[in-house]
Amino acid sequence: MLNFMENIKTIPVGEWMTNFVDWLTNTFAFLFDPIKEGLGSFMSVITNGLVAIPPIIFILLVAILAFFMTGKKLGLAIFSIIGLLFIWNQDLWNQLIETFTLVLTASILCIIIGIPIGILMAKSKIAETIITPILDFMQTMPAFVYLIPAVAFFSIGVVPGIFASLIFATPPTVRFTNLGIRQVSDELVEAADAFGSTGPQKLFKVELPMAKYTIMAGVNQTVMLALSMVVIASMIGAPGLGREVLSALQRAQVGPGFVAGLCIFVLAIIIDRFTQNIYRNKSK
Amino acid sequence: MPIIKVENLSKVFGKNTKAALQSAEAGKTKEEILKETGSTVGVNRASFEVEAGEIFVIMGLSGSGKSTLVRLINRLIEPTTGNIYIDGENLAKMDKKELRRVRREKLSMVFQRFGLFPNRTILQNTEYGLEVQGISKQERTKKAKESLELVGLGSYLDQYPDQLSGGMQQRVGLARALANDPEVMLMDEAFSALDPLIRKDMQDELLDLQETMKKTILFITHDLDEALRIGDRIALMKDGHIVQIGTPEEILMNPANKFVEKFVEDVDRAKVLTAHQIMKRPETVNIDKHGPRVALERMREAGLSSIFVVDSKRMLQGIITADAANEARKNEVKNLSEIIQRDVPTVEKDTPLHDLFAVIHDSPVPLSVTENGKLLGIIVRGAVIGALAGEGEVNEHA
Repeated sequence: MLNFMENIKTIPVGEWMTNFVDWLTNTFAFLFDPIKEGLGSFMSVITNGLVAIPPIIFILLVAILAFFMTGKKLGLAIFSIIGLLFIWNQDLWNQLIETFTLVLTASILCIIIGIPIGILMAKSKIAETIITPILDFMQTMPAFVYLIPAVAFFSIGVVPGIFASLIFATPPTVRFTNLGIRQVSDELVEAADAFGSTGPQKLFKVELPMAKYTIMAGVNQTVMLALSMVVIASMIGAPGLGREVLSALQRAQVGPGFVAGLCIFVLAIIIDRFTQNIYRNKSK
Repeated sequence: MPIIKVENLSKVFGKNTKAALQSAEAGKTKEEILKETGSTVGVNRASFEVEAGEIFVIMGLSGSGKSTLVRLINRLIEPTTGNIYIDGENLAKMDKKELRRVRREKLSMVFQRFGLFPNRTILQNTEYGLEVQGISKQERTKKAKESLELVGLGSYLDQYPDQLSGGMQQRVGLARALANDPEVMLMDEAFSALDPLIRKDMQDELLDLQETMKKTILFITHDLDEALRIGDRIALMKDGHIVQIGTPEEILMNPANKFVEKFVEDVDRAKVLTAHQIMKRPETVNIDKHGPRVALERMREAGLSSIFVVDSKRMLQGIITADAANEARKNEVKNLSEIIQRDVPTVEKDTPLHDLFAVIHDSPVPLSVTENGKLLGIIVRGAVIGALAGEGEVNEHA
C-alpha cells in the first residue's frame, strides 16, 4: 500500500512544458524576432543617448530634479550627488546607464501592459477570477525559471532580461490598478452614472483620477521589482551593474561585488524616492 | 399627467428572484422570504405617482428600502420587475443609450455624502453633468455659474470640495443637480449628513428654491420632522413596502396602521400643526349691520362670553364682550363701534402651534386667525391642548 506510487508512472509535466515552449518558439518566431530587434535597438538608442551626456551634467540634472520633486528639500538631492559621483568614481558609469535603461524600459512596458489589465480586472468579475491566480503564479514562481523560456524566445542579451523582468514586475501594477478602481467610493461612481456618463467618461473622468495614487504606489513597486531583476537578468546576458555583481560572484571577489552591489543600492534609493514623490507631491 | 409614475416596482437581492417574488405576492414578510429563498426583498411592489412641481418625500427607517427605491428610479439599481415612467417614458424598458439620455436630460441626483469629485473644483464639479453631454466649455461654465449663484456659492468657483464645510458642499451637490435643468431631482438623504442647524437652513433654502424653480423633487429621508417640514406628500416605507401615502397632516392625524402610528407618536406636533389646522369656524357679528342686541343674542345661542366683529368683507374689526354688549343695550347704544375692543390677539394662519402657546396663555379671549386681515377662524385654549394630545379633528382643507 505504501509503495503504490511506484506503480504510477511519473506524469510528464516537464516534457509537456518543453514541447509547449518549443512549439511557441517555432510558431511565433516571426513575432519574437522583430520584438528582439526592435526592443534591442530602442534600448541601445536610449543607452547611447544617456551615455553621451557628460556624467557631471547628468548628476546635476538629477540633483536639481530631486530638489524640486521633494518639495525643495536638500536630502535626496545631496544623496543623489554623492551616490552618483561615487558610481562615476568607481568607473561603473556606463554600467549604471545600461541598468537604468533596462529598468526604465521594463517599467514602461509593465505599466503599458499592467494598467489596462488592471482596469479589465476591476470592470469584470470573471476577468478578476481568471487573472488573480495567474498573477500569483507570476510572482511566486522563482525568477530563474522564466530565464529558460526567455532565452528560448529571444536568445541571450538584454531583451530576454526585459521579458523576465516583465513577468516578475508587472503584477503589482495590475493589482494596484484593480484595487484603486474598486476602492473608488460607491457614491462617486453612482454620481458619475446618475449624470449619464458613458463607460469611458466614468473611467477617465472619475475612476482613474481617483485611483491615481493607488496606481502610482503599484508602479513604484513595479519599478523596484524590475530593478531587483537586474542581477538575475545578467545571468542571461543583460549588461549593466548586474553583470558586475555576477562576475564578482563567479570569481569570488568580495570587493568588486560589494562595490557593484552598493551602486545598485544607490540607484534603487534614487528611483524609489523619485517614483514615490511623483504621487506624493500631487496628492497635497 | 403625473411626471413620475412607479408601477409595481420590486427589487430582489439574491439569486432566487422568482421564488422570492412569488412569496412576496403571497404576502409573506421579508424575514420569511429570506429564510425560504435566501433572497432579500429590497423593494416590494411599490406604486406611486408624483405630480410636476411636487416635493414627494419617501421616508422610512434604515433597511426600509427607501434608498433602494430611489436608485431604482434612475436605475442605478436594476429593478427586478415593475415599471418606472418619467414623463411618460418607461425607464425600465430602456436600453443603455436611452437611459443615459434620460439621466442627462430629465433626472439628476443629490447624494447623502455629497458625491462631489475631490479632484475637481467647485465649478468643474457643477459642470460635470453638462460636460458628459458634450456641451461646449463656454456654455457649461455659464450654466454652472448661474446654478452656483442660485445656491449662494458664486464666489467659490475655484475652491476644491474639501475646502468647504458640509453645508456648502451639499449646496454644490444641489447646484450640480440644478445645472442640467432636470425635470426631476432625486435627493437621497441629502441633508442627513449635516448638523441640525445647517440641516434646517438647507431645508428652508430648498423650499425657497422650489418656490421659483418648481422642480419635481423626490426626497428620501429617515427623519420624520424633515419629511413633515418639506414634503407636499409623504410615502412611509417599512420592509420594502409603502405603508401609507398622504399629506403630512393625513399621516399625522390618520395613521394607516400601528407602524405609522408608532412612528408619528414622537413627532413634535407643536412644530408641525399650524393655526389654520386647529381653528374653528368663528361666530361673528357685522359691524356695518348689527347692533349690541344681535351680538348678545348670538353669544347666548353659542354659549360664548365674547364675539368677534368683522365688516362686510369679513375683515377683522375687533371683539365685543358680553358685559360690554349688555351695558350698551341698557344705555341704548346702537352702534357696535362704540363698545368694540380693537386690540385683539391675532395670529396668521401659518403660525405653528408652537408659537401659539405664549399668545393664548396671556389672552382672556380666543385667538383670531387671519389671512391678510381677513378673519378665517378662532382658536380656543382647549383646541391647542387637544391637538397636542393628538386628539380631535384637524381641518381637512388644510
